[in-house]
Amino acid sequence: MIKLRFASPEMLVDINEIPGLDYHRIDPDGSIHVGALCRHADLERSSLLASRQPTMASAAPLVADPIVRNRGTLVGSLCHADPQGDWASVMVSLDGLVVAEGPGGKRSIPVKDLVRGPFQTTLAYDEIVVEAIAPAPKGTPAGGYLKLERRVGDYATVGVAVSIDRDGGKVTRAGIGLSGVGGSTISAEDAAQVLVGESLTAESIGEAASLSAQAAQPRSDHRGSASYKRHLVSVFTTRILTGLIRLEEEAA
Amino acid sequence: MTSLFQEVSPGAAEDTPTRQITVTVNGESRTAVVEPRLVLAHLLRQAFHLTGTHTGCDTSNCGACTVLFDGTPVKSCTMFAVQADGHEVMTVEGLAGPSELHAIQEGFKEEHGLQCGFCTPGMMMASKALLEENPNPTEDEIRWALSGNLCRCTGYQNIVKAVMWAAKKLEDQ
Repeated sequence: MIKLRFASPEMLVDINEIPGLDYHRIDPDGSIHVGALCRHADLERSSLLASRQPTMASAAPLVADPIVRNRGTLVGSLCHADPQGDWASVMVSLDGLVVAEGPGGKRSIPVKDLVRGPFQTTLAYDEIVVEAIAPAPKGTPAGGYLKLERRVGDYATVGVAVSIDRDGGKVTRAGIGLSGVGGSTISAEDAAQVLVGESLTAESIGEAASLSAQAAQPRSDHRGSASYKRHLVSVFTTRILTGLIRLEEEAA
Repeated sequence: MTSLFQEVSPGAAEDTPTRQITVTVNGESRTAVVEPRLVLAHLLRQAFHLTGTHTGCDTSNCGACTVLFDGTPVKSCTMFAVQADGHEVMTVEGLAGPSELHAIQEGFKEEHGLQCGFCTPGMMMASKALLEENPNPTEDEIRWALSGNLCRCTGYQNIVKAVMWAAKKLEDQ
């Protein structure tokens, strides 16, 4: 933010030396908690995410580049509120929350309500986010994250996060988050809703993909035309969900 | 020292706040009085005259400024010098003594892993971290580990070969 001349703060407070914030863990209820100093690299190498949270596990290796992942954090990415950020769409797809702490104590904010606009959040000036939470799944979690970027570390042309929970094959909860195709992260709620209550089928996937593309608000720029980006949203939504059916068939 | 590499005046203006920091650089404890806004890459280059660390893009894209921070590769243009207070930093100068070459440096020489050489220090430090974690990487693993380091001569092929050469040499040692 400072290097891009978007911000010129008089004072910066470095939280890196605060102990006890570098964790990520699963609680007995199945919710996953990520502390403010847990690095992207920790999540990329996490056996916990690999076994329990597939959408987060598939996004972690695609954030920035391997060296940046050593310093950057999931919570930092959420608070940075870049419309092209990866974690925001992942956490939106998971109905995620952040815990903000200030002199008045702690409060929870749904990730979809954290962002006011590009690089702007609803945090008070004296608050920091200490933790992000992916709530307990309603069944078995499945999902993925796909991103198109011109090269490693570039801003996402398009990023799509899909997260579903299933019980006995039926989808009990679904979320779809879109990066890079609007002024802030988009929650494609109508698209997610058509998946709920049934098993995944080619028809429901097609409908979700088409509604995801409709929810996108892309602009034409040097990374692609608006119609190209909208098309990619549909392709990525289909690809992630179809991949889940294939995984299921392989397991059967 | 006045030299080609002295890019700005090292002294801060009188009304500028400063902090005294102590950083272990290439095994040696070094102290400096710096402005809080000074980035780590500039501390290394201007205060410590370790000009092997290059600043290419200043925005965390190119990786030319990669150093090891407590053993982990970081882009030193995107950290403040004060954040290194009490920590260990290793730059390309720390790979080997002045009359020696580290296996990684030797690999870049043998396999012609550089053309203009600007990205080379960052490539080497990222490679060092990779080989410590994974002494016998595949070509794909090398490309993945170096994907945050850009070479504008596009000499990636030989860079990958250089790292493989170094891995073999280190294994043989």
